[in-house]
Amino acid sequence: MNRLPEWHYVVVVALMMLGLYIVIAKPNYVKKLMGLSLFQVSVIMLYVSMGRITGGTAPIYILEDGVPRPFVLYTNPVPHVLMLTAIVVGVATMAVGLALVVRIREAYGSSQEDVVAELDRRDEEQARARETSVILDAEHPTP
Amino acid sequence: MAHLPILMVLVPLLTAPVVVFIKHPVVGRVLATVACLLSALFAWTLALTLDSAVSYPLGGWRPAVGIELRVDHAGAYVAVIVSTLASVAILLGTRGTRDELKGREAFFYALFLMCVAGLMGMVVTGDAFNVFVFLEITSLATYTLVGLGRNRRALTAALNYLFLGTLGGTFVLIGIGLLYQMTGTLNAVEVAARVREVGQLRTVHVAFAFFTVGLAIKLAVFPLHQWLPGAYSEAPHAVASFLAGTATKVMYFQLVRVVVSFFGVAYVFETLNFGALLMPLSVLAMFAGSTAAIFQPSLRRLLAYSSIGQVGYLTLGLSLGTAEGLEAGLLHLGAHALTKTSLFLVAASFIAQLGDDRLENFAGLGRRFPLLSLAFVVGGLGLIGVPGTAGFVSKWALLQAALQGGYPLLAFVILVSSMLAVVYVFRVVELLYFRTPRAEALPLLRERPDWVAWGPALFMVTTSVALGCWSEVPSEYAATAATSLFGGAR
Repeated sequence: MNRLPEWHYVVVVALMMLGLYIVIAKPNYVKKLMGLSLFQVSVIMLYVSMGRITGGTAPIYILEDGVPRPFVLYTNPVPHVLMLTAIVVGVATMAVGLALVVRIREAYGSSQEDVVAELDRRDEEQARARETSVILDAEHPTP
Repeated sequence: MAHLPILMVLVPLLTAPVVVFIKHPVVGRVLATVACLLSALFAWTLALTLDSAVSYPLGGWRPAVGIELRVDHAGAYVAVIVSTLASVAILLGTRGTRDELKGREAFFYALFLMCVAGLMGMVVTGDAFNVFVFLEITSLATYTLVGLGRNRRALTAALNYLFLGTLGGTFVLIGIGLLYQMTGTLNAVEVAARVREVGQLRTVHVAFAFFTVGLAIKLAVFPLHQWLPGAYSEAPHAVASFLAGTATKVMYFQLVRVVVSFFGVAYVFETLNFGALLMPLSVLAMFAGSTAAIFQPSLRRLLAYSSIGQVGYLTLGLSLGTAEGLEAGLLHLGAHALTKTSLFLVAASFIAQLGDDRLENFAGLGRRFPLLSLAFVVGGLGLIGVPGTAGFVSKWALLQAALQGGYPLLAFVILVSSMLAVVYVFRVVELLYFRTPRAEALPLLRERPDWVAWGPALFMVTTSVALGCWSEVPSEYAATAATSLFGGAR
C-alpha cells in the first residue's frame, strides 16, 4: 500500500485550514477566537514535528556507570523551545481577544459579528440623519 | 557605548512594568516620556556614530549560538524614526488622550511603552525568531491600545485587527519555521548565507510566500488592508498618530529585510519574479487608497485611507528591485512617517476643540484656527509631494528610480495617483478656508487656548519644510542605508 510518507504534514495542514475556515466563516467572535487558536496550534505541531527524528532520544546525557553516554540520535530541542514562546504568545492573544469580546458584549449586548455590524450601521445612519435634519433646520428656519 | 542596540529596547520595555506598579497618571506620563526620549537619544547616538553594521551578542553568547542584535544604517534610520515619533506622540498627543482614558492612564502608558519596545526590538534584532516575538509584543500592545478608544466601535476595530494581525503573525511564524527547517539556523546572516544553496527547493518558495503574506497583512498592502482604517480612526489620538507613523513603517523595513537580506535580491526578483506581483498591488494600493480617502466622512478615516495609498508608494520602491528604488522607499518611509504622525496630531487638536471629526464640522475653521489649519495645509502638501516638503524629496526619488529602472509608464502612474491626493487634501482645505462656519458646529467649539494644539502644528511645519529644503542629509543617509542593505546581501 502506498503510505503517505509525511502524514503529519497532512494533519498540520488540515488543522490549519480548519482554523482559518472558522475564523473567516463563523459570525460568533468566541468561535472565531477558537478557530484562531486552532490555527496557532497547527503551527506548533509543524514546528515540533520538524525537529523529530525516528528513534531519536531526548537531548539529555544519560549516566552509564557514572560516565555520560554519548548520544547519537536525538530530537532537535530548538523547535520545542521556540514553541514554548509561541504558546505563551497564543495564550496572551487569546486573553486579549476574550477580554475584547467581553467588552464588546457589554457595549453592544451581543458577540455576533453580524449583529454588531448592523448596530454600527444604524449608529452611522442616525448620525447622518441628525446632520441632515440640522442642516434642513438651518436652511428653513421655522418662524 | 557598545550596549546602545539593546538599551533602545530595554529602557521602554523595563519602564512599562514600573509604570503599572506605580499606577499614578502623572508619574506614569513622566516616566513614559523620559523612557521614549532616552530611547530616541540612544537611537540618534547610534545612528550618528555608525560606520558599518554593529553586531551585539545578547548575553555574551556568540551570534550563531545566542541571539544576535544587528543594526546597520537602515536599521538605525528606522530606529531613529520610531523612537523620535514615539517621543513626539507622547509629548504632544496625550492631551486629548487623557480625556479619553479617565483612570486608566497608567495602563495606557505601559502599553504604549511595550509597543515602542516591540517596534524597536523588531528593528534591531538579527534573529528570525526574535522578529516574531517582538512582532507579537507590538501587536498585543497595539490591539489593546486600539481598544481603549472612545467609541464602542474601537472594540470591534481592535478585535478585527487582532484576528487579521494574529493570522499575519502566525504566517510569519510558519515562514520562519520553514526557513529554519531548510537552513538549520535562525541567525539572519547565516540564513542569508545558507538559503542560496537550497533556493531552488519548494519549501523555500513556500517560506518566502508565508513570510511576505504575513508581513503584507501587518503592513496593510492593498487587498490585505482591512484592519487599518478602523484601527487608525478609532484608536486614542496619541496611539493613532504613533501607529500611523511607525507600525506599518517597521513592517515595511522587515519586508525589505526579508527580501533583501534573508532571500537576496537576485533570488527574489529574478527566480521568484516577486516584482511582477508586488508592483501591480502597489499601484492598485496607490489608486484604491487615495480614491477611498476622497469619499470618507471623517478626517481620521480620510487620513487612514490615505495611509493605505502611501503604503503603495513604499512597496513600489521595493518592487523595482534596485538600490535606487529601495533608497526611495526608505526616504518615503521617513517622509511619510513624519507627515502622517503630524497630520494625526493636528487632527487630534482639531477634535479636542470640536469634540468630533466629521468633516462637515470643519467648515470655515481656517480663520478660527489659523496655525492648525496652516499645519494641515503643509502636511497635505507633503502627502501630495509638493516641492519644499519632505514628501517631495521622496516622491522625486521614487520617480527617478522608476525611470532608471526602465518603467516610464510607472512614473506617469505615480504622478496621476498624486493628483488623487490633491483631491482629498483639497477637499479638507476647501472646507477649512472657503466655507462659512456652520452655525450648529460653533457651539461645539471649546474655548481652550491650548499650547498643545500649537505644538504639533509647529512641529509639522518646521520639520516638514526643513527636510524638504535641506534634503541632502536624509537622502545621503537613505542612500547609505540602501547600499548597506544591498551590500549585506552579498
